[in-house]
Amino acid sequence: MTDPRRFLALLGLLAGLGPCAAPASAQLTVQITRGVTTPIPVAIVPFGAENLVPVDVAAVIDADLARSGRFQGLPRTSMLQHPTSAIGLDLAQWRLLKTDFIVIGRVAPASGSYRVEFELYNVVTGERLLGYGVPAAADGLRLAAHRAADLIYEKILGVPGAFATRIAYVNVQGPIGARRWRLVIADADGENAQVVLESRQPIMSPAWSPDGARLAYVSFEGQMSAIYVQTLATGARERVSARAGINGAPAFSPDGRRLALALSQADGNVDVFVLDLATHSMLRITDDPAIDTEPNWAPDGLSLFFTSDRAGRPQVYRITLAPGERPKRVTFEGSYNARPRVSPDGTQIAVVTLDQGAYRIAAVDLATGRSRVLSNGHLDEGPSFAPNGQIVLYAAREAGRGVLATVAVDGSVTSRISAADGDVREPAWSPRIGSP
Amino acid sequence: MNRTLCVTVLLSLSLVLAGCGGKKAAVKPPASPGESVSSSVGTTAGAAGAQTGAAEAMAGSGSAEAAALAKTAIYFDFDSSEIRPEFAATIAAHGRKLASDHMVKVRLEGNTDERGSAEYNVALGERRAQAVKRALLLQGATDGQLSTVSYGEERPVAAGHDEQAWAQNRRVDIVYLGSR
Repeated sequence: MTDPRRFLALLGLLAGLGPCAAPASAQLTVQITRGVTTPIPVAIVPFGAENLVPVDVAAVIDADLARSGRFQGLPRTSMLQHPTSAIGLDLAQWRLLKTDFIVIGRVAPASGSYRVEFELYNVVTGERLLGYGVPAAADGLRLAAHRAADLIYEKILGVPGAFATRIAYVNVQGPIGARRWRLVIADADGENAQVVLESRQPIMSPAWSPDGARLAYVSFEGQMSAIYVQTLATGARERVSARAGINGAPAFSPDGRRLALALSQADGNVDVFVLDLATHSMLRITDDPAIDTEPNWAPDGLSLFFTSDRAGRPQVYRITLAPGERPKRVTFEGSYNARPRVSPDGTQIAVVTLDQGAYRIAAVDLATGRSRVLSNGHLDEGPSFAPNGQIVLYAAREAGRGVLATVAVDGSVTSRISAADGDVREPAWSPRIGSP
Repeated sequence: MNRTLCVTVLLSLSLVLAGCGGKKAAVKPPASPGESVSSSVGTTAGAAGAQTGAAEAMAGSGSAEAAALAKTAIYFDFDSSEIRPEFAATIAAHGRKLASDHMVKVRLEGNTDERGSAEYNVALGERRAQAVKRALLLQGATDGQLSTVSYGEERPVAAGHDEQAWAQNRRVDIVYLGSR
């Protein structure tokens, strides 16, 4: 790493690949509001060459693990040494610092980009638990760090992490009468915020395609609702539904080829439909004079969950996508259960529920029908599962401001995500970006 | 480099759209929605109820008709799309105006308060707009004069997070399209 030629090569690389500035006011801040009582102590040792690499990879991993609420990082000032390979690693010394796990690694230039290598050790047993090397361009170093954090999280806790992911949300700014809606995507840690669409008319209901490459959303530009599908890499977008009345609540099928959505008829009655994105054929799924909306797919793509007030008040129903099938009600606890989102394993749904006069997020077990209230706000809405099924992201109101919040499905960890300006609403957690 | 390009594309797209939105936003009547609502909420609930009978009796009277037409918002109870009796005079006046000139068109904008889930609220707002549409049809307006849109909880006129604000936000705005 001290080789001067490498040093110059790196500087050249950096000059050409400066990170793109994000709009400051759209940037998010993530704060843990409750963690587990005994977080696992872990030391993420600096990867070295901090002056030569545009991203402090170890710091990103450390922040990810801390943000999960399940780990406690060792401050760098407490570290006596900064080994970057097994040769300099004296585990006895780290045992004295009462850390259970240690991550060491390095970032090396490799043919015009970088190679991120890291190893995970159990400090107590001395066992080497992980050893990975991944290539990364300069603007991919944060993602490489998030993937490393995912692997470390999974190795220690036995469930995959959800760090190498993004969130989409709507940022609303300005006073009533002069509001601006911005559809924004950001990394799950709040970094790299990018405005996808800005409008003086409402933008609602962003939904990710299963490959994370496209976003479907509702926009009222032209003072009517329409559903668009936008490819994030190119910005190209297609208006896929702009019928008279409501075009709302888009949800990609698990194979990404179809879009479930809500349409209203001439009389204003809303029903659930499925649009084939290739042929543009529209298939009616529900036919009821009540409101049927907010469809969401079961992971196998064979049935849809949706909100309906056919029994008088909004409740969640499930319909199998086959001719002659009738919807079956799945929520029974409480007078209001709406906007179902199915967990990745298909065993539960997250809903908006009316709990003691407040709108909160609940998880409903589909086998038992039992409902567990997860949040404690008053105007909580819009739940969205992390791709690992461990965390629910939702929109909340705090001191009159719209913020995002997360809660672990076991209730153990909560966090708050807020923007510098305006309200943050309508969050949607992306699938995992690429594969580790 | 790729990323820079991509963001530029996104930003320029959003500028174009923001421009469009700006032009279309000018369609809104110049009167500030906040003002018109605070005055109508204050008077409608109490005075308009008593007014209903009078307005019917003096359908020909210019001043009563003008007063009823000046009210362009119909308010609703929580999770309801039923038109309250106190708005009968307002709806009757707008219905007569539409019936008297079939060139006049209105857009009925349905809205809800912020509670509950966003897309369900869009459906509820549409239901309210349709209720007003049916009432106007009964007064002699024709289908071609009436369009509906629902913004759900997206376009409140009152910023608060209490029943007072919510009551003002559960509404249908009657927006005349010819009079911009």
